[in-house]
Amino acid sequence: MASQEQLSAIKGAKVLMVGAGGIGCELLKTLALSGFQDIHIIDMDTIEVSNLNRQFLFRQSHVGQSKAKVARDAVLRVRPNISITPYHANVKESRFNVDFFKEFDVVLNGLDNLDARRHVNRLCLAADVPLVESGTTGFLGQVTVHLKGKTECYECQPKPAPKTYPVCTITSTPSKFVHCIVWAKDLLFAKLFGDKNLENDLNVRSNDAANSSEHSEDVFEYRKDEDIEQYGRRIYDHVFGHNIELALSNEETWKNRNKPRPIYSKDVLPEKLSEQNGNMEKGCVTDDVSAMVSLGLKNPQDVWSLGENSRVFLEALRLFFLKREKEIGNLTFDKDDQLAVEFVTAAANIRASSFGIPLHSLFEAKGIAGNIVHAVATTNAIIAGLIVIEAIKVLIKDSNNYRMTYCLEHPSRKMLLMPVEPYEPNKSCYVCSETPLSLEVNTHRSKLRDFVEKIVKAKLGMNFPLIMLGASILYEVGEDLEEDMVAIYAANLEKALSELPSPVTSGTVLTVEDLQQEFSCNINIKHREEFDEEKEPDGMLLSGWVEPPVDKDKDKPIGNGESTSNAVPAEESLEAKKDVTIQEISEVTAIATGTKRKLSEVSKGTTPDHSGLSDGTRNHNQLEKLDVDDEDDELMISDDWESLTKKKRL
Amino acid sequence: MDGEELTEQETALYDRQIRVWGADAQRRLSKSHILVYGIKGTVAEFCKNIVLAGVGSLTLVDDRLVTEEALSANFLILPDDNLFQGKTLAEVCCDSLKEFNPMVRVSVEKGDISTFGVEFFEKFDVVVISCCALAKKKLINQKCRKLSKRVAFYTVDCRGSCGEIFVDLQNYKYSKKKLEENIDCQLEYPSFEEAISVPWRALPRRVSKLYFAMRVIEGFEDVEDRNPGETSIADLPGVVKLRKDLCQTNSLNESQIPNALLERLLIGTREYPPVCAIIGGILGQEVIKAISGKGDPLKNFFFFDAMDGKGLIEDISDP
Repeated sequence: MASQEQLSAIKGAKVLMVGAGGIGCELLKTLALSGFQDIHIIDMDTIEVSNLNRQFLFRQSHVGQSKAKVARDAVLRVRPNISITPYHANVKESRFNVDFFKEFDVVLNGLDNLDARRHVNRLCLAADVPLVESGTTGFLGQVTVHLKGKTECYECQPKPAPKTYPVCTITSTPSKFVHCIVWAKDLLFAKLFGDKNLENDLNVRSNDAANSSEHSEDVFEYRKDEDIEQYGRRIYDHVFGHNIELALSNEETWKNRNKPRPIYSKDVLPEKLSEQNGNMEKGCVTDDVSAMVSLGLKNPQDVWSLGENSRVFLEALRLFFLKREKEIGNLTFDKDDQLAVEFVTAAANIRASSFGIPLHSLFEAKGIAGNIVHAVATTNAIIAGLIVIEAIKVLIKDSNNYRMTYCLEHPSRKMLLMPVEPYEPNKSCYVCSETPLSLEVNTHRSKLRDFVEKIVKAKLGMNFPLIMLGASILYEVGEDLEEDMVAIYAANLEKALSELPSPVTSGTVLTVEDLQQEFSCNINIKHREEFDEEKEPDGMLLSGWVEPPVDKDKDKPIGNGESTSNAVPAEESLEAKKDVTIQEISEVTAIATGTKRKLSEVSKGTTPDHSGLSDGTRNHNQLEKLDVDDEDDELMISDDWESLTKKKRL
Repeated sequence: MDGEELTEQETALYDRQIRVWGADAQRRLSKSHILVYGIKGTVAEFCKNIVLAGVGSLTLVDDRLVTEEALSANFLILPDDNLFQGKTLAEVCCDSLKEFNPMVRVSVEKGDISTFGVEFFEKFDVVVISCCALAKKKLINQKCRKLSKRVAFYTVDCRGSCGEIFVDLQNYKYSKKKLEENIDCQLEYPSFEEAISVPWRALPRRVSKLYFAMRVIEGFEDVEDRNPGETSIADLPGVVKLRKDLCQTNSLNESQIPNALLERLLIGTREYPPVCAIIGGILGQEVIKAISGKGDPLKNFFFFDAMDGKGLIEDISDP
């Protein structure tokens, strides 16, 4: 039980919780029982059925309601005399500014995505409020403490970038099931049911294919006089048959690869489905339209045959046009949309068949497509307990005893809960130190837009950037800008850096600021003429901050640059994630340098096909990625098409 | 994959955890029957965890009436006097737990658990007892061991910022995945009595000090015929004397059981909610492992101390 000193600190404390999900529900309960009296809680989400297995403050009858508000009401029943203030809102809203954060004695994160974590980290640094950060996945979890100037900030160690796949792997040379899922979800589903105006790489780009894209565009139009099954079969034959044939014609591609097999609907299905299968014509009575239901497929854990997948494909397509026609054109893939999951599963499996890749069940496909993070109540409860223990230390300023704690699945040195002393701030961290970054860029060729998109937003994680050269503003995003300024900034975006009103050339120092995060950093510009197309596809190189080691980290998002899709987990095998283990900790290596983590000998479990990942850094990143109860990160597909076709742009 | 398939409702509700332990484990969970005795904060946490996980049934035994003290770390009790007038702890907690998951049967069994016959325990796959005197722990453990079927037995206790879990899975077979292969494993557990009888000098060096300290306090309560947790700092001289005797018998240096630790355990009679959450969480995971047969179960003690933040497994059995 708590000491008098602890109790009075707890009673007087005003705490901010960000997130009322898996960790949040447990945390709010434990805070209230521990005697906290003034708790504020921000969460933008509403309750879903799949939350109920662990977010124990919520009931079936709460589905659709605000998590923050329902959690408050539930905990007030247990502790009626405390104050809990809920905000059903995004923590990135401008009202949650530095002044708002300054009101709190400590901020406790139970978040599910990297973006919001980085944002809260910066606000805590700017407001000089301690942050206790946490994350869980399956049986693994971690709690860390971040105090400005004392311990490293959340961003002192680079975080793994979202997994990306080369466009050509997705469009023409898939080798894993996840590639088929990305194709089905981000290309085919988006093409058929999403915004028609978006750029889409669905059709195979063949080097010397005579077929122009104009011809194939028409294929996807639903002709009004057409029978829906006819339409479905036409799409089927085009994407699984014709396109594969077209790809096969490019022999260079298949020299060292297994050739795919074109599949046509007549090969796997009878001529006329509706005669063959009577219940296809039965209308669905429920609101939840489902191809599985109308085809009598019950178990989502079963792996369907090619024939079954083909039927599901046609039936799901038919149901979209029959029952949900109004939504067509505006749909984006959602893991909670049963029909969308069915369609994507079927399409991915048919494509997998074609390429000789093992097929997967709907349950598995849904996990991959929705980037669903495995979550259990026990880990969240443990992590919440650890957060409260650290929060109390923070309140009584017991800084010698701050710990970051890892919750493990397999014991390491007899420990299931392993405390580690926190690290000092990384002196080269561009977020919590004043260290400037440097950017090598071709100042004559790269536009301000490239700089804003690829560096300021993608790498520095800013939402409302302001870019200055000395006293002159080159670019600004904000709600109350003058119209003429908006026009000037828009024009600047299209100019090469060296042609801006205040030219950016070698030796220039740019100041980039985010007014909401009250975060700014300097970037030293260095002109460089040439960039390696394959290794540096951004055409720029940011340094002074170490990039996480990921296999494919360059990001040209598919479509118009704003991918709306969810991420695919870096490890597609469900088994793989479960085997992540910390096996040994060496406390010596660590602090010595001040830049290196203590957690130096982190290695993977026993799965042999991950041996390539067994160096410490990579696996530390695995742990850092435990971020993520219900994570929705961005999926990106990188464009290294040229590396395959050996074309050079320059 | 034996047994019935999960219903659509179960698949939807348990989606995220099926992704952790698989549909097979989920089916086994839904057919398992759990008994808990002694419902304070830690057990309340444990009950929440396994009800959410979707066990088949949970039976609660605790005839004590609800008091102000019981409210402190137990979120299953709403502080509304009218709600629990005349009701026992088990009854009040049962009402709250039912709400967490309508698919789990939660019920109350009245009576003194010490008098329940062996056949009573046969109905369960898992028995968890808490806030129990030493003699009662041994007794219930023995009853579970007399049965032909294997009943997993656990004790759990939190004192202040410290917690202890004991596990007896008897002869436990399970499979684990190694290098893509399923390896059959077997573990032999001692009973509670056997474990605590292992001479201290026979234990590996660097066994958690908490293990020894908990035995001293437990022994003190036993000798003094106290209920678990009925101690105060005034008992320190008596406890220190018992420590001396035990250390002499066991050839252990008394410094292995520091006074400061004994003091913390003596005065920590009220539970510390963060520790309840942590210990209740670890116990939940262990019970899920034992039922599903997936993953290495801990053998056979677990200790957590919020002071140093370590969660340690200790194997206390005859070498």
